[in-house]
Amino acid sequence: MALTGVAIFKLLPKTNCKKCGFPTCLAFAMKLAQRQTELDLCPDVSDEAKAQLGEASAPPIRPITLGAGDKAVKMGEETVMFRHEKKFVNPCALAVEIKDTEDEAAASEKVQAVLDSEINRVGQFLRVDAIVLSNDSGDAGKLEALAKLVAGKAPDVPVIISTADAQAGEAALKSFEGKKPVLYGATADNLDAMAAAAKAAGATLGIKAGSPDELSELTEKAKAQGVEDIVMDSGARKAGEIIRDNTLIRRAALKKSFKPLGYPTITFAVREDSLLEALVVATGIAKYSSIIVLSSIEKWKNLALFTLRQNIYTDPQVPMQVEQKVYDIGEPAKNAPLLITTNFSLTYFIVSGEVENSRIPTRLAVMDCEGLSVLTAWAAGKFTATKIAQFIKESGVEDNIEHRELIIPGYVAILSGAIEDKLEGWKITVGPREANALPAFLKSREAA
Amino acid sequence: MPFTPPKESYSGKVYGVGVGEGDSAVTVGGENVLPFHSFEGETPNKPIIAYEIQDVPPSDWPKDVQEPFKDVSGDPVQWAKFCQDTLKAKAIALRLVGTHPDMEDRSVEDAVKTVTDVLGAIEVPLVILGSNHAEKDAAVLVAVSEAAKDRNCVIGKAQEANYKTIAAAAIANNHKLIAMSELDINLSKQLNILLTQMGFDKEKLITDPMSSALGYGLEYTYSVMERIRLAALTQNDETMQPPMLGDVGVYVWKTKETHAPESDLPEWGSLPERGIAWEAVTATSLLIAGAELLVMRHPKAVDAVDKFIAEMEG
Repeated sequence: MALTGVAIFKLLPKTNCKKCGFPTCLAFAMKLAQRQTELDLCPDVSDEAKAQLGEASAPPIRPITLGAGDKAVKMGEETVMFRHEKKFVNPCALAVEIKDTEDEAAASEKVQAVLDSEINRVGQFLRVDAIVLSNDSGDAGKLEALAKLVAGKAPDVPVIISTADAQAGEAALKSFEGKKPVLYGATADNLDAMAAAAKAAGATLGIKAGSPDELSELTEKAKAQGVEDIVMDSGARKAGEIIRDNTLIRRAALKKSFKPLGYPTITFAVREDSLLEALVVATGIAKYSSIIVLSSIEKWKNLALFTLRQNIYTDPQVPMQVEQKVYDIGEPAKNAPLLITTNFSLTYFIVSGEVENSRIPTRLAVMDCEGLSVLTAWAAGKFTATKIAQFIKESGVEDNIEHRELIIPGYVAILSGAIEDKLEGWKITVGPREANALPAFLKSREAA
Repeated sequence: MPFTPPKESYSGKVYGVGVGEGDSAVTVGGENVLPFHSFEGETPNKPIIAYEIQDVPPSDWPKDVQEPFKDVSGDPVQWAKFCQDTLKAKAIALRLVGTHPDMEDRSVEDAVKTVTDVLGAIEVPLVILGSNHAEKDAAVLVAVSEAAKDRNCVIGKAQEANYKTIAAAAIANNHKLIAMSELDINLSKQLNILLTQMGFDKEKLITDPMSSALGYGLEYTYSVMERIRLAALTQNDETMQPPMLGDVGVYVWKTKETHAPESDLPEWGSLPERGIAWEAVTATSLLIAGAELLVMRHPKAVDAVDKFIAEMEG
């Protein structure tokens, strides 16, 4: 169970030396209790206290890395149930399943699709993170052959080896030495052998159970065997089971500090119907899966799922920003109107959406105001006449347009004179206060 | 260490709001747990998807979502019947977008005729939406409320600028009402309070915290919905207990992802499937966040979300 701040305080040196960066030992203890700092920051803590606090101060969901190198994926370490409370920490890994019953050409094609899956969306590179190698054949030789193929073609992509046969797993793991793979498929029947194989290869052990209850028994057993890194499958397959088990597991880990379920989870979303599969994956993205296994990775599906993962895992306390630049909406000619707004992503989405609705090709200058909306940015001194003038000058937009007219948001009408002073030769026009009036505004100008 | 499932019970519940009449009537909401948490409480009613139709042809919808309706979308009555009879819609949402002054500026009388004709042709519940022009909606929605008197429709959307007149018409003609505010839990609560203070029964409200499409602010809608639902359940806040609307199609089908052809953006994959996935994933996310009533467009997206709901409940 988690210790209270006062219980932790009793184990600290009580010297108030401030070396940890906090003013007093009690303040440090309180932060430790909230899991907002690390015990290691205290240089003077006794080994005895460390041992006692170690368990209690460990993150409630164990941090585990899937794979090694640039494409490694961090899992676990989550601290909340709902994303508005605090940022969800480690975006779930999406993994595609390749069966060792598929022929080599089909398997190679899937590996290639994983390698080609990377997309850049609002400045982040998103991709299919991992490959599951499934021993559907039950034949150790086939699994090993698939392992060699994947390790040869995609040496940097993290893998999950799925088999009920510890020996087959052991042989396949040889292709991924030092690459922190997962050996998945430990059950009540084969736990000892699978745990030994995972341990020997430095792999994470994937445990499959029939319920969260059974799962907790199996993780305890694996731990007793000396396995530290575990990913958990409660056996949930239907969407309703996934949301139930994932919710109960995360609650147990976070709210009850129930260590036997304090590991990342793996969810199998595989469906014949690719679109339905996408919706089951969406459930895992929103509700607490650490690895989600898909049967297929069409580009349209990847784009939707990557985007959802990005949306769910953004920091709710940091406004989402879009890149500062002059955006073309439609194909604006040299005399097309030029609008300006701030780079708060919602502001951008709403303004650009309304401009699109108007069907009038337009340039939209989006200025970096640290992700603040127009009024807030103006109030904070980030959307000022000087800065607007400087941005317009430096943006190079003057080379692309014939006119010298800038349309500013109605809420900052007060700036129009000052901008005209700073931007020589420009006419400043005051646009509507709300974005939903933009279509009418743009159309009436067009008509005039 | 034995595992005890950490189930939660809540002090509050979501109002069950009945819409429509007779055998086709449905109830939205009614649960006393978080979305799809049937393992720890009551979820008596499945979420409902209403097919979106309009009073004018959907010329501004992308081709891929115009196509399934191409033989019927010239006439709202045919369109409504097609959704009910062929697509087996459980509800229909008629958006009177043609009344918008920037669109066709259709008259109040035109809107009344469309609503009357559609109601005459269908049995499933009808959601009647304005064009999202506060002033015009006040006039249009009052008149169509009267024309639909006692048919137990859902009228919307009442917003801060026009809620008084629209709510009064909904009360006088026995309709349910959508109260919409812009992505802010406090504004949403405030509007519900204002509505109840003028005598609107809070158990006849549906909250629209404003939807957004996947990739275009979805996380804001998602979290506002989760927060509203948590306030309803954990704090038993009666002003936050109406069921919620996800107005999905209208936001999804104007995004670039539902328009840009594969030839322009090969890395985005097939356009028809991408558009459908965009609508289905947006809808699913909002269901998981707490929406009980969805307004959607593409039949394949609706089918997929229906299958998903069945899997969740099954």
